Amino acid sequence: MTSPHIRRAVLLVAFALVVAACGSDSPSDAPNQPTPAEGAQNIVSLSPSSTELLFAIGAGDQVVAVDEFSYYPPEAPTTDLSGFTPNLEAILAYEPDLLIWQGGPEDISAGLTAAGVPMVVHAPPADFEGIYAQITELGDVTGQIDGAAELVAQMRSDLAEIEASYTPAGDPVTYFHEAGTEYYSATSSTFVGNIYGLFDMVNVADPADPDGSQFGYPLLNEEFIIDSNPDFIFLADTIGYGQTAQTVAQRPGWDAMSAVQNGNVIELNDDIVSRWGPRVVDFARQVADALNRQPVG
Amino acid sequence: MPPVRSASLSRTWLAGLVLLTAVAAIVALAYGPVDVPPGRVGLAVIDALPGVSVNTGLSPLHESVIEDVRLPRVVLGLMVGAMLSISGAAYQGAFRNPLADPFLLGIAAGAGLGATLAIISNWGGGGGYFDPVPLAAFAGGLLAMVVSLAIGNATGRSTVTLILSGVAVASFFTAAQTYLLQRNIDVVQEVYTWLLGRISTSGWTDVQLLLPYMVVCTAVLLRYSRALDVLAVGDEEARSLGVNPTRVRLIVVVTASLATAATVSVAGLIGFVGIVVPHAVRQLMGASNRVVLPMAAIGGAGFMVIADFMARTLIEPAELPVGAVTAFIGAPFFALILRSTRRNLW
Repeated sequence: MTSPHIRRAVLLVAFALVVAACGSDSPSDAPNQPTPAEGAQNIVSLSPSSTELLFAIGAGDQVVAVDEFSYYPPEAPTTDLSGFTPNLEAILAYEPDLLIWQGGPEDISAGLTAAGVPMVVHAPPADFEGIYAQITELGDVTGQIDGAAELVAQMRSDLAEIEASYTPAGDPVTYFHEAGTEYYSATSSTFVGNIYGLFDMVNVADPADPDGSQFGYPLLNEEFIIDSNPDFIFLADTIGYGQTAQTVAQRPGWDAMSAVQNGNVIELNDDIVSRWGPRVVDFARQVADALNRQPVG
Repeated sequence: MPPVRSASLSRTWLAGLVLLTAVAAIVALAYGPVDVPPGRVGLAVIDALPGVSVNTGLSPLHESVIEDVRLPRVVLGLMVGAMLSISGAAYQGAFRNPLADPFLLGIAAGAGLGATLAIISNWGGGGGYFDPVPLAAFAGGLLAMVVSLAIGNATGRSTVTLILSGVAVASFFTAAQTYLLQRNIDVVQEVYTWLLGRISTSGWTDVQLLLPYMVVCTAVLLRYSRALDVLAVGDEEARSLGVNPTRVRLIVVVTASLATAATVSVAGLIGFVGIVVPHAVRQLMGASNRVVLPMAAIGGAGFMVIADFMARTLIEPAELPVGAVTAFIGAPFFALILRSTRRNLW
């Protein structure tokens, strides 16, 4: 007999997929939506990535409230607003003249439209150009056009410099990106995968989601991970799951892996890795440092 | 009132089920996302036995995969399936209710709340006997059982009252868990992965954790299977035969709940096994608990290993949640048995 938990879990997953599907609509596709005013002054952001970008382009002073997980940069006005289960009244209480989010339930969007609040929907981008496009759009809607252009230029040059700092030699370097101790990973087709792609690295998770049916985030089989014996293991579950190079080495069977034996288990910051903000540069730099520190042949 | 059928275990059925389960275990050991020749797998299994060392001819990495990942997973699957099935069969016998399942009395909800709390609080420790998630799940499951029993007993002694109090307790614990999840949406992935059930691959720790519960609970339940058969004729008649129905029911329910809570704490909420396997056994072999309990344990072990084998190979090298697989293959299989036997046992 299916327990109520399982049914609820299925519903939740279905809901998440619907949200994800809604999120992929670009704002310009949606008809009958108020266009964002030039230079919004009362911005509410329900997306931690967008919050980081808003502050990075110099629009921080125009932001009145951000969601519970937007705790970077520290000066961001974090509130208990939720980006996952948004509450229409709570959002409207801040009298926003612009809402930036990753998309949400139909009734909330309809309510915001009815209240005359313009929305910008910024779903996770597929690649760097996707981030730059979002930055440019944020510049347009906040009036910080120069700040946005500077940020894009800065990120482009930083990433180009980091990419050039490592020259692949010999066989391509393989890696496993761990997004949770259930062994969720991210394939090359995700934004995260793009960072590693800068260095022509080969993702061992790619065969687990060849057609993208798992949205690039497959749940991997443990024996497959051990057997694929990647050169590097990148831990994106150091905060949420408390994983470290030590805990990985203690897992049964993992001590036979060369990444563990060679000290190539790299601890990343979950928050930086899961967001497509200005700190992707730091993420890329950490990967480059790992590659440069330990040449693998 | 259902007839008490022949109590003797049919040797044919027993041999058949044991064979089926053994074949399932061997296939699950031999095949996986990592391609290792089945003969070498056999050597690795022998090598994994305590005090035995053989040359498997495998690389250390492949030896690790078989001995530390695949073998413990198959063994754990056997144990989880056996425990959930025998618990389900025991509940159904004790409550004389075909819809009773191992998660009756709010155990799933209690365990879910415990696990959610542990995950949210990020209680340190980690690994093995001190891993907070299974401990908290176990405590939560037991707490829900105790509360259900207390309410059920306080409001009357009928089994229906007890089931209803379990429903109330489950709803309450589920609501508390939902609230916590809403307040801590960042742990949703971790909590739901646990809720959907997972035969973990963390070496032998879970097997060691579960083993004492399995030995004790299985022994107690098998010992009381005869008394459950007496209960089947009705409480009054049972009393006249010298069996105290309240006492038998309490012992069986507490034991089955303990077994379920221990299982859930290592494998999450794996649905359907505890209901489909005992019913299938009952349809095929008759209603006597002396047959149903042991056969359900063996059949459940085999069923679980098959389900977990499918969970890890169907979309390899990715995985499916095993809880989804048990229902997906269990439901049609059960429908087939219901259609083809047409026994009316309840």
